[in-house]
Amino acid sequence: MAKGSGKKGSAMRGIGPFGRPSRVIPKESLRNLLEVLRLRGYTLIGPTVRDQAIVYDEISSPQELPIGWTDRQGPGTYRLERREDDAFFGFVVGPQSWKKFFFPPAQRLFQISRDGKEIHTTPDPVQTRKRALIGVRPCELRALAIQDRVFTGGAYVDGSYRRLREDVFILAVNCGEPAATCFCASLDTGPQVTDGFDLAITEVIEGTRHEFIVHVGSELGARVLEAVPSREATDADSATEREIVQRATRRMSRALERSQLKELLYRNYESPRWDQVAARCLSCANCTMVCPTCFCSTVEDVTDLSGDHAERRRLWDSCFTMDFSYIVGGSVRASTRARYRHWLTHKLATWQDQFGVIGCVGCGRCITWCPVGIDLTEEVAALRGRESPDGGSGAIQENHHDRTES
Amino acid sequence: MSPLELDHSTGVATGDPMLPDWYTVERVRRENHDTFTLELRARDGETHFAFLPGQFNMLYVFGVGEAPISISGNPAATDRVVHTTRAVGTVTRAMWRFKRGDAIGVRGPFGTHWPVEQAEGRDLVLVTGGIGLAPLRPVIYHVLAHRQAYGRVVLLYGARTPDDLLYDEELLFPPQPLSIDVDVTVDRAVAGWRGRIGVVTSLISRAPIHPDNAVAMLCGPEVMMRFAVQALMTRGVPVDRIYVSLERNMKCGVGFCGHCQYGPAFICRDGPVFRFDAIERFFGVREI
Repeated sequence: MAKGSGKKGSAMRGIGPFGRPSRVIPKESLRNLLEVLRLRGYTLIGPTVRDQAIVYDEISSPQELPIGWTDRQGPGTYRLERREDDAFFGFVVGPQSWKKFFFPPAQRLFQISRDGKEIHTTPDPVQTRKRALIGVRPCELRALAIQDRVFTGGAYVDGSYRRLREDVFILAVNCGEPAATCFCASLDTGPQVTDGFDLAITEVIEGTRHEFIVHVGSELGARVLEAVPSREATDADSATEREIVQRATRRMSRALERSQLKELLYRNYESPRWDQVAARCLSCANCTMVCPTCFCSTVEDVTDLSGDHAERRRLWDSCFTMDFSYIVGGSVRASTRARYRHWLTHKLATWQDQFGVIGCVGCGRCITWCPVGIDLTEEVAALRGRESPDGGSGAIQENHHDRTES
Repeated sequence: MSPLELDHSTGVATGDPMLPDWYTVERVRRENHDTFTLELRARDGETHFAFLPGQFNMLYVFGVGEAPISISGNPAATDRVVHTTRAVGTVTRAMWRFKRGDAIGVRGPFGTHWPVEQAEGRDLVLVTGGIGLAPLRPVIYHVLAHRQAYGRVVLLYGARTPDDLLYDEELLFPPQPLSIDVDVTVDRAVAGWRGRIGVVTSLISRAPIHPDNAVAMLCGPEVMMRFAVQALMTRGVPVDRIYVSLERNMKCGVGFCGHCQYGPAFICRDGPVFRFDAIERFFGVREI
């Protein structure tokens, strides 16, 4: 796993965070780069088009990337559309996130067999293999770092998660075109990666030019890049890259105001706004399923018909279900109001007390995949608006639209 | 032998926290119409189970499921694991049917503990309702074994009816007089009941303690604890010497599954025992 130096913004000066000059490779060399990884024993996992969406799956060459596709996203909508160019990474994020590879949606934990008085517990072995993640967005890189803290940063360590995170090569991709639902710039989680990768690329398409500017984030990344013909990046390349990333920031139409966020939510447990959002929320759990940081799970215990073989599975769970908070006497969070409040307050406030960071990376998935288009940036703005001297929630409705194309 | 060894300095069990270890049901004692006590011993080899008063285990019934249950035994008796619980859910109803020799999976011990050491030299008031007595029973064992270390010790215990009372042979009609005060009340009496009738919180005002030198430990329904905190503070017990034990849904016991969140706390890891001022701002929030 890549360990960056964390020197923020240094990539923009043409020096990678690992202290090496940036390089440039032609688009054709992406194939070579992936081939080098394959020869080093990595299974390639990257974005590919399936079921009219971009999903993450095993790929064997760059031809399986969503070449020439883009995604049009908005509150409650997601459509793939053809691009006018052959961009490899001309889309943002789909319904899936990388977490499914490290925190699987369904996972058997152990099996137990009973033979008379003998009982044998057999933990499921964690199948590990070297995996290269191709095309990890800055927000998703941050989400991985957040889940690392959740599963490996405390007194207890999730053994399965830790093993699955070993031997992972990360090829990150800086963003040039945000979706309408993105707000990473306001959270400092994008649109450019700063650390935590082995290699990071920026795709440059200008007229007939189609190249990648490559930054090295680890010793391993450097060795992989050495095997591919490349040239040193010039000042002009760096300027081009800077422009691409800055354009992404400028085009981001949503923002989540971070200042005093924790205190805002802690103050507002009884805000009438929760009733307002509960009237729209279907409690369907989509936001938690698409979220790259949500980590809640449940377990399922089953037996076979003989009754002598049992197993336990761990499954993704959601705080939006009625069962989630069930104790004797009923569910603690019986109302949708309480469940939405719990989710948003956890993501933005209590998460900070639990793990030292905000649980949101600004990827916008929860906005896109909400069937009724509930927008957490709007909900936070509404909570702030109710507290502002003029008090009205009408004024804050304009909040994020003002930021478009500044 | 448990794969989870307790680190006494932190109260944290180490090892693979998700794998149950197998114990044998040595004894099932029916305490009343729906409450029972299990005594467990390691299935293989010698039992050595250390825990701190207030901690809990995840108990697993083969193929049925798992439930968090507080440990109710004597913390000095590490040769057995003792749990008292009510048969109210799928898992605990299956446990109710346990017979001597049955197997049970155990993960733990997990969670924070009652401040029995910090409370030394002070008066102790335990306020419990219903099954809430079970997580405080290890404290009573500890106090009785170290009686000189504490001042006045008062157990206030409320039950729904006289038939619901737990541990009556030990606490209400002990073979020898106890060196602690026990004050019991019931919500509804039956013929022959000569004790108090009313809510347990009403006993706080006359509890024979020095409030400015007392530590309070509360376990029971949240509404009971809310009124108990008020009554204790009215008596002058400082808020930072009031402790409560909370309950929420739990699947993992180690802070991964997310189910037991209570504001910023994971009850399995940061609780179940909290100093009241640490969670006070969330205590009055409905559906937290």
